[in-house]
Amino acid sequence: MNYKMMGRFLAQIVAVEAVFLLPALLISLFLGETGAVRGFLITLAAMGVVCGGLYASCRGAETLFGAKEGLVCVSAGWIVLSLLGALPFFFSREIPRYIDALFEIVSGFTTTGASILPEVEPMSRGLLYWRSFSHWLGGMGVLVFLLAVAPAGGKGSGFTMHLLRAESPGPDVGKLVPKMRTTALILYLIYIVMTVLNVIFLLLGGMPLFDAVCTAFGTAGTGGFGIRNDSIAGYSPYLQNVCTVFMLLFGVNFSCYYLLLMRKFSSVFKDEELRLYLGIFPGSALLVAWNIRGLYGTLEETFRHAAFQVSSIMTTTGFATTDFDLWPPFSKAVLLMLMIVGACAGSTGGGLKCARVLLLFKSLRRNIRQVLHPRKVQVVRTNGRVVGENVLDNTAAYLAAYMIILLGSFIFLSLDGFSVETNLSAVLACFNNIGPGLDAVGPTCNYAAYSIGSKLVLILDMLAGRLEIFPILVLFSGSTWKHS
Amino acid sequence: MNIIIAGNGKVGHALARQLSAEGHDLTIIDLDKQRLSDTVEQVDVMAVEGNCATLPVLRQAGVEGADLLIAATDMDEVNLLCCLTAHNLNPKMHTIARIRNPEYTDQIFEMREAFALSLTVNPERQAAVEIERLLKYPGFLRRDTFAKGRAEIVEVRVDGKSKLCNLSLSEILHSIIKCKVLVCAVLRNGTAMVPNGNFVLREGDRIFVTAPTADLTALLKSLGIITRRVRRVILCGGGRVSYYLAELLERDGISVQIIEQNPQRCVELTSLLPHASVVQGDCSSQEQLEAEGLGSCDALVTLTGIDEMNMITSLYGASRGVPQIITKLGRMENCLLADSLNLGSVICPRELCSNSIVRYVRAMQNQAGAAVSVHTIADGQAEAVEFQLDGSTIHCGEPLKRLNLKANVLVASITHGARTVIPNGDSVFRRGDTVVVVTNGQGVLRQFNDIFA
Repeated sequence: MNYKMMGRFLAQIVAVEAVFLLPALLISLFLGETGAVRGFLITLAAMGVVCGGLYASCRGAETLFGAKEGLVCVSAGWIVLSLLGALPFFFSREIPRYIDALFEIVSGFTTTGASILPEVEPMSRGLLYWRSFSHWLGGMGVLVFLLAVAPAGGKGSGFTMHLLRAESPGPDVGKLVPKMRTTALILYLIYIVMTVLNVIFLLLGGMPLFDAVCTAFGTAGTGGFGIRNDSIAGYSPYLQNVCTVFMLLFGVNFSCYYLLLMRKFSSVFKDEELRLYLGIFPGSALLVAWNIRGLYGTLEETFRHAAFQVSSIMTTTGFATTDFDLWPPFSKAVLLMLMIVGACAGSTGGGLKCARVLLLFKSLRRNIRQVLHPRKVQVVRTNGRVVGENVLDNTAAYLAAYMIILLGSFIFLSLDGFSVETNLSAVLACFNNIGPGLDAVGPTCNYAAYSIGSKLVLILDMLAGRLEIFPILVLFSGSTWKHS
Repeated sequence: MNIIIAGNGKVGHALARQLSAEGHDLTIIDLDKQRLSDTVEQVDVMAVEGNCATLPVLRQAGVEGADLLIAATDMDEVNLLCCLTAHNLNPKMHTIARIRNPEYTDQIFEMREAFALSLTVNPERQAAVEIERLLKYPGFLRRDTFAKGRAEIVEVRVDGKSKLCNLSLSEILHSIIKCKVLVCAVLRNGTAMVPNGNFVLREGDRIFVTAPTADLTALLKSLGIITRRVRRVILCGGGRVSYYLAELLERDGISVQIIEQNPQRCVELTSLLPHASVVQGDCSSQEQLEAEGLGSCDALVTLTGIDEMNMITSLYGASRGVPQIITKLGRMENCLLADSLNLGSVICPRELCSNSIVRYVRAMQNQAGAAVSVHTIADGQAEAVEFQLDGSTIHCGEPLKRLNLKANVLVASITHGARTVIPNGDSVFRRGDTVVVVTNGQGVLRQFNDIFA
């Protein structure tokens, strides 16, 4: 293990976080929120110490960097990011317990949006901004940001592939252009432009600037932290529909947008994952709308709520315009299934990803055919191209790891004594980075009642869900830490 | 620049490393998915899987926006087809193909025309040429080759006993040197100067002489440099490098013995090389080497495909007191190891090949009509710059004596097709010529037109 190189990476991550903390500090200074200012200043000092210490102790690092270092670096980076990012909540005394602050910020960076706060409106504006901004940074990934701003070239720059692969969701991560730095820049530029568009559309609907920016951050990262107690429910129907559309847009694979910019329209429209994603949305929305007919006054309202909730859950955002915990069981079941499916690979969303679902179904179909025609030679294709056996193996292994973690966490959470529906939906909502679950963790409730142990498990679930399991799993693997 | 490398073999990988370190945008095409993903993890490149001679794969690799395509797969024909197909998609793009089959060597110019290639590279032949250079002219301190091996600038030291001492250059060129050469720079007491005909050489001067490569033996002879001439060489291994080298050495009248293990290849070599003596046997066997007269040969060149074997055989040759030993190594990592061993001169074909491509890429960056390559001579005080004349060149077809050149600029050689001439007042530039210009380094030459005052 190249600890020095990893140390330098961690120092850079902390530096980036410190820079991004400054706008939140300015907001608090401007509004005279003394508690929040104190929290931010102590955090900045702590970040300075950590960053300086890491830089000082990791001078003269070799540039040799392998898959193992890449994976450990990403998960260690996210853990450090979260540990330090939680400090403002703790030191400002607005979240008195550190474990709760950590839960809140991990939920932010992993774009989960699960909260332990019963009320968000009393919080200071600076902290609300930081909470929402953590969605935006975590959505595209802090390491991808580092790759975009890091100096280009240099010896051994190929290792950056490990970082991109560990942080970008999807079964088969590739670059858009030959250079890693340009790829990361393109991703962030698309991300920034779309976020700004989202803010503009929200402002046009009469939303105040602060609300618009924070809501856009939550939408862009597919996070789901609202700045009002009732999430999006209090805003006008126009604003709710804007959110529905933008959540859906941020759940699309970003390389599709790049292809659109390159005017390769046909390859975008023929993309099987995108077709599946855009097929599931209206299908589920119609099913839910039919199921909840009669609960709302008008047809428009019924469809608006159905579309919003389906978009929100499917893209793993977690905003809500209504308490879907009161919906009939079939709608809740549809939403639970959508939690597992998730958004597209290469988007800011979580879940299993449509691309994996597609691959799993295709290889299942192949295996069934294999039983019927044992000597038939078959390959799995997506978009006309043959999918490598190793990708299929990885996808199957991913599903296995996914189920094991899901069930393990579910059993652990059950020790706390809540209902089965609560525990299952809590694990699904955290592991898939959605946020609100059902019953005691439904849209109007929160996660504060869980014990410290359960919160730690959920924190790990959120991280594992955001980083696609393996980077977190290697932390617990003996061979990672053995001297080689 | 946007560069596509077709073929992720040894040369392709070495090129990817070097070119990505110089900041180019690289896309690699190969059939082997595993090897591609290994490369992508080590070097900052994009990978495309597939047959590099097909339209969809080339399109996917972004051939329309590429500046250069390097075809370096292990099949010559695929390389040619790849370049041709790519050229049709993007006629503005430069193409480089690796052509290794000896049967194509004689028609390489016609093929360059027909397949619209900017450059062809042949690592094995390059290595053979380099080895021959080392074997053939031990009297020259250094040799720089231009115009793809057709013109040279050699460095010669004038000692007290030399015929050249205390003579002016015009006297030397008229009475002593029988062939057409040009003294393009003289290094005296650490200062480089571009001499004229009245310049008198002194003891200790180092002169830089331009000559067509074909005239070097004549030059050496007329300079009266006495060196131990290599008469008999043993080549271990009968691969492509051996073939090229044996052919080159035969032309110089050096007797060649080749030891090759594969009987079928021995028969092939015998029919290809009528004057060489081909022996079927194991060249790592000391008895075999002794039977071929290792003790009395002038040089031993180890060229098998196995680095370890080459190193062991060379070490044995050194221990038996062979005057000149040259070792071929396939892996560059082994070259570092070779420094600590007594292996004589070390040649790495892959490195020679990728260096020449990198030099081409560097020259390409300086725009059209720009330098093809730049060699630093005379302890870094002068530069020899090679230009390829194209449509943008002014004064084409006018005799040199009527042209007004910048001071400190000397036209050292003009290569037209396969013929190199040392220019005089009646020489003309023609489109497609390769011209070598020597300058003392002040005022950088970016384009050929810069040489005109």
